[in-house]
Amino acid sequence: MKTDLISEKKYINVYLVCAFLFLLVGLFQSWNVAFSILNLCLISAIMSIGINIQWGNSGIVNFGVMGFAAIGGLCGVLISMPPTLEVWKDGTAVILIILFSFLISGILVKKFLKKFIYNKYLKILLSITFIIFSLYLIKSIFIPSINFIENTNSAKTGYIGGLNLPIIFSWPIAGLFCGVIAFLIGKIALGLRSDYLAIATLGISEIIIYIIKNEEWLARGVKNVNGLPRPVPYEIDLQKNEFIQTLSNTLNLSVIELSSLIVKGLYSILFILVLLIIFFLLQKAIKSPWGRMMRAVRDNEISAEAMGINVKKRHLQVFIIGSAIIGISGAMLTTLDGQFTPSSYQPLRYTFLIWIMVIIGGSGNNHGAIIGAFAIWFFWIQAEPIGIFLIELITIFLSDQNEMKLYLLNHAAYMRLLLMGLVLILALRFFPKGIIEEEKRL
Amino acid sequence: MEIINAFALIINYIIIPGLTYGCQLALGALGVTIIYTVLRFSNFAHGELMSLGAMTSILITWIISYFGISIFPLPTVILALPISILVTISYCLLIDKYCFQYHREKNSKNVISLIVSIGVMFFTSGLIRVLIGPNDRTINDGERFIISAREFKEITGLTEGISLKLSQSITIIVSIISVALLFWFLNKTKTGKSMRAYSDNKDLALLSGIKTENVIFYTWLITGTLACIAGTLYGLDKSYKPFTYLQLVLPIFAAAIVGGIGNPVGAIIGGFVISFSELLITFSYNKFLSYLIPINFLPESSLQLLSTDYKIAISFIILVLVLILKPTGIYKGKLL
Repeated sequence: MKTDLISEKKYINVYLVCAFLFLLVGLFQSWNVAFSILNLCLISAIMSIGINIQWGNSGIVNFGVMGFAAIGGLCGVLISMPPTLEVWKDGTAVILIILFSFLISGILVKKFLKKFIYNKYLKILLSITFIIFSLYLIKSIFIPSINFIENTNSAKTGYIGGLNLPIIFSWPIAGLFCGVIAFLIGKIALGLRSDYLAIATLGISEIIIYIIKNEEWLARGVKNVNGLPRPVPYEIDLQKNEFIQTLSNTLNLSVIELSSLIVKGLYSILFILVLLIIFFLLQKAIKSPWGRMMRAVRDNEISAEAMGINVKKRHLQVFIIGSAIIGISGAMLTTLDGQFTPSSYQPLRYTFLIWIMVIIGGSGNNHGAIIGAFAIWFFWIQAEPIGIFLIELITIFLSDQNEMKLYLLNHAAYMRLLLMGLVLILALRFFPKGIIEEEKRL
Repeated sequence: MEIINAFALIINYIIIPGLTYGCQLALGALGVTIIYTVLRFSNFAHGELMSLGAMTSILITWIISYFGISIFPLPTVILALPISILVTISYCLLIDKYCFQYHREKNSKNVISLIVSIGVMFFTSGLIRVLIGPNDRTINDGERFIISAREFKEITGLTEGISLKLSQSITIIVSIISVALLFWFLNKTKTGKSMRAYSDNKDLALLSGIKTENVIFYTWLITGTLACIAGTLYGLDKSYKPFTYLQLVLPIFAAAIVGGIGNPVGAIIGGFVISFSELLITFSYNKFLSYLIPINFLPESSLQLLSTDYKIAISFIILVLVLILKPTGIYKGKLL
């Protein structure tokens, strides 16, 4: 217990440093910037907790963050947007029925293959024929209804729409949905070794993005869905509120600035709540016998198996939990943005940056994951000013009109990639345990 | 005549682009495979190494053309290639010394090296964008076509034309030369044999007096050369855009894994498997069949298995399928 107390105190210092950094941004840049950084930090923190439970606690290399975040975002659209009623009868219903029947027939075919066909190659051959046949069927049955959906009012809707529920419901539903998808992916991919699993999950996440980008009937694809409903009031409504107006007079802030501050602050409160819930649940889980078992699996799979632990099942379990958490954060991200833009999902920004957060923060410790997310996102945003400063420093002996210097300053935005790589390499070399190392448990 | 037309169509739309893209993928996959067998980690930075090679080629081409040297009809990049290969190799050796060596000596898990390679990827892509910017650049300043579709039609009198770009033939020729040299090096020279021995059994190789530093030096030498050539050829054939090389990493891994990672022959076969299946699955067979069967029997749909939007996704699908069904790939084993 004593070691626990000491380490908790140490964490408080690190959190205080974070708070101090935000204070600096608020004072020297603007409070608006500070709050938008904070919101994305919180979302990134949830994502990196999701990865941390997979990598830090169980040693699963999941490079599919981008895919799960996108699925979460998709859930945000499908839950909150109003349904496109014109296409319901001839479009959406048809698609839903066909998808459902294909799901059922797929399960039946799989059962049949398992029961009656024993030759491995014949089985593969038959399943491939089934897939190609169903692709052909899907194309011939789907295309009329898909075209109908996409052509109906394509400038405004052109997709199946959503359920018109409050967007906040999409967070838990995204978690559930991502859990189901993770179950399917984990069932087939978790047998792979670390490197292969990394490549496979990366590939699967790219496939997910491709599907979301190209199936316009689902969520308008690259045409984006804009204007998602909000869980918090709109700025314009706040500006009309008398209380806000008096408040802005007393605080000596413009009404516009104050209202956007309030909106961002409300988002932050929501996100902090979600983060705290997930964090405490996971801390409980990690400290329980279940967490000990997961660490046993991570540290030595063979001996864990010898102790009677079902390693495959544990891996699948933790893969589902982590991916569900990432899905929740994905839905939160679309909620914050108010739009769903499939082309913005890049592996560099979603998968690898989140991984850097976990590694820098300290894998195996959820405090570390949060701190890592805060530090890296902060750095990611502030890298441009830092880059400009560095370039100024290097080229200090050149004149201001020097072409080389101007050229470098124009490209300073890309310094963030360079610095991020440098940080990762240096951290792995000099602080492989991260900012906050894993708690030593007896 | 109809049958010849059908073949011309296939050659123009599948065989020539498939061979070119397959060569580029195969060269990339060879680099990934060699790193994997000798250093035992998946190098995610390989795409960026290719990009770096292409970028250096462009920068050197600018210098060369500044002095007014050109070898028209061939593109000037060919002249720049040897120097940019040297630059890429030195960069590879530097990143090995400052990033990978430490973890190798500490015997870290190979996932750690993988994450280091992601760091290198970030660093290199940042460096490239700072140096040359994210914009699109054309490298090809030589003749565009060896034979264009129109000329081909005039000469042969067919309704379907075959066009062969100069860049495509350069890609194929340079790839054949470099692959031949690579296999000669691995199979015939003493250093190549020591590399194979090292990858086969590290301890045994060390016991028989093979020096680790030498093996690793030659590994990065080969990787740098292959990456630079592959990157430059890809940029020459399409155009140089820094972000495309990031998207190229997964198809390259797919090629290496489909062929059986760790096997050079497999990497080449894998490259062609990926490139041809991308083209074959997204090819619309309607026109092809119209030359072969009577018009009345022709179905109305475009006879495409997947729409062309999914072209790149196909390599990911193949990758995932191979990883799940047969992770060892076509050629088994990790022998170099």
